[in-house]
Amino acid sequence: MTELTRRNTMKLMSAALVAGVSFSSLPRKAFSAGTITVLNWQGYGTDEKWSVEAFAAKTGITVVHDYYSSESEMLTKLRTNPGAYDLVILNAARCAQAVAEDLLQPIDFSKVPNASTVDETLRANPNFSKDGKGYAVPWVWGMTSLAIREGMTVPDSYAVLADPAYKGRVAMDDDAIINVGVGALMSGQDINDPKDLAAVTAALKSIKPNVKLLWSTEDQWNKSFAAKEFDLSLFWSGGSVRSKRVSKLPVQFVVPKEGGVGWVDGLGIPSSAPNPEGALAFINWMIDPTFYVEWATKIGAPASSNSAALSALPADDLTRLVHKTEYLKTTSFVSGIPDDRREAFNNIWQEVKAFYAE
Amino acid sequence: MQNDRVISASERGPTGPRSRRPLPPWISTTALLLPTYGWLTLAVFLPLLTMLVFSFMSATPMGKAPIVFTLKQYRAFIDQPYLVGIGITSLLIGFWTTLFCAVLGFLAAVALVRSTFGKTREMLLILILLPFWTNGLVRVFSWTMVLRENGFLDNLLHMIAPDAGSIGFLYTRYAIVVGLVHGYLPYMILTCYIALVAIDDAIIEAASSLGARWWTILFKILVPLAAPGLISGSVLIFIPVIGSFMEPRILGGRVGVTMGTVIEDQFTQAFNWPLGASLSFTLLAVVLAIFATFSGALRRGTVA
Repeated sequence: MTELTRRNTMKLMSAALVAGVSFSSLPRKAFSAGTITVLNWQGYGTDEKWSVEAFAAKTGITVVHDYYSSESEMLTKLRTNPGAYDLVILNAARCAQAVAEDLLQPIDFSKVPNASTVDETLRANPNFSKDGKGYAVPWVWGMTSLAIREGMTVPDSYAVLADPAYKGRVAMDDDAIINVGVGALMSGQDINDPKDLAAVTAALKSIKPNVKLLWSTEDQWNKSFAAKEFDLSLFWSGGSVRSKRVSKLPVQFVVPKEGGVGWVDGLGIPSSAPNPEGALAFINWMIDPTFYVEWATKIGAPASSNSAALSALPADDLTRLVHKTEYLKTTSFVSGIPDDRREAFNNIWQEVKAFYAE
Repeated sequence: MQNDRVISASERGPTGPRSRRPLPPWISTTALLLPTYGWLTLAVFLPLLTMLVFSFMSATPMGKAPIVFTLKQYRAFIDQPYLVGIGITSLLIGFWTTLFCAVLGFLAAVALVRSTFGKTREMLLILILLPFWTNGLVRVFSWTMVLRENGFLDNLLHMIAPDAGSIGFLYTRYAIVVGLVHGYLPYMILTCYIALVAIDDAIIEAASSLGARWWTILFKILVPLAAPGLISGSVLIFIPVIGSFMEPRILGGRVGVTMGTVIEDQFTQAFNWPLGASLSFTLLAVVLAIFATFSGALRRGTVA
């Protein structure tokens, strides 16, 4: 055997370097027949190793990932890298913007058999379609609504946030869009376009005596709830499932009669995708009950848009219990809103926060 | 002049046929200063200038929205009058934090300098600085455990007086100040320590041999002589504190709204960089105005 002298090591290293450089400089197109590139948040369902392997075994398509860390970054990547991505995960609020900028192509739903059982309300979301054509397949959804300590009276309206019985026992989500949405629901308006902003502000200000804290991360929510700092809160449906399942906290998620403030993520195909066929196959896999049940029970997942997938979960599964499909009828989904309105929403929330702090 | 000496030294070297006339002194001065100023330009001035340009824009220059230059962002304090209240709160938090840091830090530095020697002193200095090597976020979160209802503080009280109510004061302005004082104290201890260590022991011995009591020594000798340390420590603390956002957010709960959190919201949540930038520059102007007002006192302090 050759001795591992310094010269040999150098040779080995330079050989490895040359090999590495030449490998990475090979044109990516050469693989595109059996490869799709997915643009998503890291660790968000599509990049589960077991799922990608099962999908490759079934279809022969290799799944490659690129990640974004903010939704604006996702849009920038789509704009500046045409031809780089076959599939992108995007929120309904951003989807409308991407469609308006011609960044997505229409979906051929006949090639996504599992889409037939996707909930009608979600498919009809105006952000996902333009001129009657669907530009994204709804994938997973969730909502922000009330969470209350188990054993307390279950509220039936957001008016409970201002109920003197909860003086100093309420926590609010520190998020402008969500709070303006709840304020709009409290004053009987559309969450995406409330006409009477003064009524929204007044509704939010009316709960001041009850507000104990504003939370911004799930971890913070869990710690404060465990320390019994508040009993009633605006909270995420998925967060409540995790708090109950992982942290064993006595929390009950409640959707009052006004409905929750919902979000839905869709699977879209960029207009410049090199392999749209492969992307369609992967979309079908992503809303497949087999994949979803394994994802939701082993890793933990938001509610699937596919009713068949959701009802394939065990009957006592928390995700299934919290995300009842009938809630979809009352839930208002956050849409993409124009910049000036977004700015107005942010200013309302800053003003309300300053009022809380007085 | 120093430059002349440098030149004569080089002339003493081996003078070959290619010896040239010496370079004018301003070239060497420029060459020596260039790396520092180049780096400052690159790392401080350019980002700041970018933010200054942003602050005059109508929207964040990303995406397709057309950008118009406007002064509207600087009208924020008039259009959104509640910001004035937030600004005053931030200045007050900065004032109290600096004051507590000054008192505690100065006393700690005096104790360190006057009562310890050699190895013990170094050891104590390291022990004071050691906790500050841990992450700031961890320290702020640990305060929430201490200050909350039924937290460590309450448990301690209930050990002595089982029937006493809760004295936890998490989610108040006091909690924010406690967290900030904890976070910024080492700056004050270090600057005061450096100033105090330079004071000649003989001066204090002379004072006490002439009958000065400890408070006379403290206020007539130690404080005036250590004033440069106190002042630079205060400046070092006051500026970051009024812009702090982590401590108010975590310890302040409902009342944790400061200029820092408002600016942070503009950058992270609202995606309104121009407003965030204009608020930052307004804050900067206020800070400069405050220092300009007290510049006389500050200069006297540092010269003394």
